[in-house]
Amino acid sequence: MTTEPRLEQLREKAWQDGVVPGRGVDVVGGPIPRKPGYYGQAVVKPPVWTWEIPLYFFFGGMAGMSAVIASGAVLSHHVDLARVAMWIAVIGGAFISPVLLILDLGRPHLFLNMLRVFKHRSAMSMGAWILTAFGACAVPGLIALELHTHQILPGALDQLLRVAAGIFIVAAAIFGTLLATYTGVLIGASAIPAWFLHRTLLPIHFGTAGLGSAAALLELIGHRIAPLHAIGFFAATVETGLLIWLSIDKHGAADRAIHEHGSGWLVRIGEILNGPVALGLRSFGFIPFAAISFLIGSLVSRIGWIAVGKVSGADPESVFAAEQYVLNHEND
Amino acid sequence: MIGEGTLSTNQRKHSYVQERVEVGFFTDPSVCIGCKACEVACKEWNQVPDDGFTWSGNSYDNTGHLGASTWRHVMFLEQDRQKGNQVSGPMSLGDEDPFRWVFLSDVCKHCEEAGCLEACPTGSIVRTEVGSVLVQNDVCNGCGYCVVSCPFGVIDRRPQPLPDAGGAFKCTFCYDRQKSGLVPACAKVCPTESIVFGRLDDLRARGAERVQQLQQSGYRDAQLYDPTETSVRGIHAFFLILGEPEAYGLPPKPQVPTIYLKSAWTAAFATAIASIIATLAAFAFFS
Repeated sequence: MTTEPRLEQLREKAWQDGVVPGRGVDVVGGPIPRKPGYYGQAVVKPPVWTWEIPLYFFFGGMAGMSAVIASGAVLSHHVDLARVAMWIAVIGGAFISPVLLILDLGRPHLFLNMLRVFKHRSAMSMGAWILTAFGACAVPGLIALELHTHQILPGALDQLLRVAAGIFIVAAAIFGTLLATYTGVLIGASAIPAWFLHRTLLPIHFGTAGLGSAAALLELIGHRIAPLHAIGFFAATVETGLLIWLSIDKHGAADRAIHEHGSGWLVRIGEILNGPVALGLRSFGFIPFAAISFLIGSLVSRIGWIAVGKVSGADPESVFAAEQYVLNHEND
Repeated sequence: MIGEGTLSTNQRKHSYVQERVEVGFFTDPSVCIGCKACEVACKEWNQVPDDGFTWSGNSYDNTGHLGASTWRHVMFLEQDRQKGNQVSGPMSLGDEDPFRWVFLSDVCKHCEEAGCLEACPTGSIVRTEVGSVLVQNDVCNGCGYCVVSCPFGVIDRRPQPLPDAGGAFKCTFCYDRQKSGLVPACAKVCPTESIVFGRLDDLRARGAERVQQLQQSGYRDAQLYDPTETSVRGIHAFFLILGEPEAYGLPPKPQVPTIYLKSAWTAAFATAIASIIATLAAFAFFS
């Protein structure tokens, strides 16, 4: 919104020029600049979310996909790897993520109201339930796994623990994949043009970035084994593909927040770091650097996508252009 | 119609809530005088905090846009077009330099398919007996998802340190007044009946009639703004507009964001399955 000093400036200019030439907004040289829509006002509201949400996307994605790696490790008897992966899943998914989400609420003390209803048509409601289910599986999964590895309980009970750990970890892995990908649906199914135009890319990007960052963190912790390298390679390859997709699938004014402005730079830097840069470093054997590059890229691109929402939501022209695009492609 | 006095639906007591009748607002800029009484009445009745005391420089509009603390917003459009068959006055240069000043009071649209209502994860946003969309302030935990789900940019989270900060707010359609048989404050106070409150079917008929009447008297660009053909499936607070909706900051073809769910979830499930397969394959073939 224009503030009082700006009005003073306009008055000053009119005073100096002696006249306000012509009448109306469209008159060239008039005191009111020509802007799209209604005085350039935003048509939709930009997101109110602050730094907690991109961090949550980062940690939630990493934690969720870490449970997938844990279940792969359990099935192939990499018990140490499974334990570390489950610790990441629990710390990231059952502690850091809920704390970040609650911090972001306007009224944090009412966070339990998220579980009043189950609405499959609300990605936010589905996300709250997915996060709850993930925590409810990952925490007992980790406890059972730890008790089993330390052989604390006698024979028969230990066998039971082994089975329980397996079931909980596989269940956590299933909810984990949803935890990592639903965030793309969350922002993809919104009224923000640059988000909804890329609603198929976003879940793929968020899920892959989660998988790659889980593998990268495990590698940095010291598990330099071939399966994690393969997962890292896979994730970086997919991210490279997404970078190409994003560079080709342009919608002009409708999604210019991705290709222009600081928000566009953040998305592109993030995608370059966890796509081609991570892929290249990994191909030449610089695994720790590839892991660091992927982690930074994943975080930066999450921050970038929220920034894109803020820029795109505040831009009336992109709303009009995106609506026209949706109308022309109704059968997609 | 105008001049009905105490018989007007804006002044009569009613029992729409009890009878579960769909109601609406019809807002007509051709009779609006830009007095902003609706903004004031809304703020006073609903005890809405101020939305900033700043000068915008945008004609006489210092309100800006609908938001958490702005539930009615009178727009002031300055357009280089003639207003109907209006005769140019001595200040005008004549036909070659036409000018018109249009006022329109904007409000929450109370959509048939409401993005905010679908998005709300707490069940705080509900549909009332009269078809309006209501935020239950004591249930809302301020997650902010309705804010990005409204195709009209109406609802917003109220920032600190305002009273009741943190929750999402928008027009309540004066549900409290309606329950007691009263007319919403903005319609009650509107001196020219530019804002009309009443049964939705009556108002739709009245709107269509008014458009015809205006077009006959020279307002060739008069049209109704009621997106019934998009996924929003119509709005309870609809408008008559002169010219294009874009000039009023109204999206010409608004869509409710739930239409994007199918393709987004398909991509999410595909990614979920691909991640599991890739991980299992990595452990199976590279161990």
